[in-house]
Amino acid sequence: MKNVAYYKPQDPSELLELMQAHKTRAVLIAGGTNLIHQMRSGEKEPEVLVDISELEDLTGIKTEDSYITIGSATTIAEIAASPVIGEHCPILATAAKQLGNPLTRNRATIGGNLANASPCADTAPPLLALEAEIHITSAEGQTRTVPADKFFMDYKWTHLDKGDVMTQIVIPKPHVAAKGGHTKLGLRKAAAICVASVALMLEKEGDVVQRARIAFGSVAPKPIRAYRLEHYIEGKSIDEKLLSHCEPLLQEEISPIGDIRGSESYRRFATASIFNRNLLQAWA
Amino acid sequence: MNTYHIEIKVNGEWREAEVTATDTLLEVLRSNLDAVEVKNGCEQGDCGACTVILEGKPVNSCLVLAVQANRKEVTTVKGIGTQESPHHLQTAFVEHGAIQCGYCTPGLIVSAKALLDQNPDPTREEIREGICGNLCRCTGYTKIVEAIEDAASKK
Repeated sequence: MKNVAYYKPQDPSELLELMQAHKTRAVLIAGGTNLIHQMRSGEKEPEVLVDISELEDLTGIKTEDSYITIGSATTIAEIAASPVIGEHCPILATAAKQLGNPLTRNRATIGGNLANASPCADTAPPLLALEAEIHITSAEGQTRTVPADKFFMDYKWTHLDKGDVMTQIVIPKPHVAAKGGHTKLGLRKAAAICVASVALMLEKEGDVVQRARIAFGSVAPKPIRAYRLEHYIEGKSIDEKLLSHCEPLLQEEISPIGDIRGSESYRRFATASIFNRNLLQAWA
Repeated sequence: MNTYHIEIKVNGEWREAEVTATDTLLEVLRSNLDAVEVKNGCEQGDCGACTVILEGKPVNSCLVLAVQANRKEVTTVKGIGTQESPHHLQTAFVEHGAIQCGYCTPGLIVSAKALLDQNPDPTREEIREGICGNLCRCTGYTKIVEAIEDAASKK
């Protein structure tokens, strides 16, 4: 590996100074579970590492009246164990509990999981279904807020530019009556890479779906929201007949590849199956 | 070449090393600090052979930069028990035949210790979940799980 410089800023202003000074060369490191492996394989060759793993402003889970704020450098283990996340965002809690294994969860962070922008990022589908917003600060100190869906641009490509720091993930607290569903399919029960996943939030009003938010992972170049599917089921009752009408829409929304973990046709079949199951459970 | 002076408390003793920004904790433990009981397996966080306890939490030392462990506390399998005075987890592994080639054992003992510290009376499922980051290609895990169950009951 090359001659790399390492900095560990102690506060946000020092972080900003470093990002300004090393804008084009700086790569952020928190847990390092993706980055260290990528540096070893030569996939990434940073010249400057800026360690944000222990910056107080970027770590921890806070709850306010209508929002939950998760610092980007908060570990997956902390999210999995958080009573606040368990109460308000159980679909995020279950996804966090299934990311990697206990050893990686103790290091890996939610910001790293999103910034790595893998189509199979475990925390992405729940955050899409929860309509989370990503807070970003540029090297010039300008802040912007990007909806999770706009954050993912394409395969391994996000809204983050050189010098940007993802600071917070902000989740609006779901309506108390909203029900969630989440399933991750892997090739084994633990330490699995996702083959297909679904996350959804459903609000019922009387006999019909008032509001639906549906997201999929590992079945497109990036984690996706299925807007047409959402629009189709809103205002309707969920039954077997509706599910059969959803199927062609779902198949149009997703564009899975076939790879070592599953063929395209398997992913299509499996995605429909876990979608139907989660929708029926959230409706019941 | 940029190098950094770090201090790490390994099994209760403060140690110093000169490292580069990209040296991993695993490399520094083995090459600079003689902690060769920490095994190098896959170097990508799949196998768990390099598991250590860092500030109370089990981690893959191949996926931690040594500079990130500066001024922190690390426990390896030698900090859990020695040949002369083994921890009851280590005794249980021997008694249950939970060791064959032995390469995964230091990592598994460390993960099991971290699990029992957090959850002294785990179910069989919790044990399996707790050690799922540690691969063993010899035993088929049954004897390992039984050894951890036994060690928990004797605690």
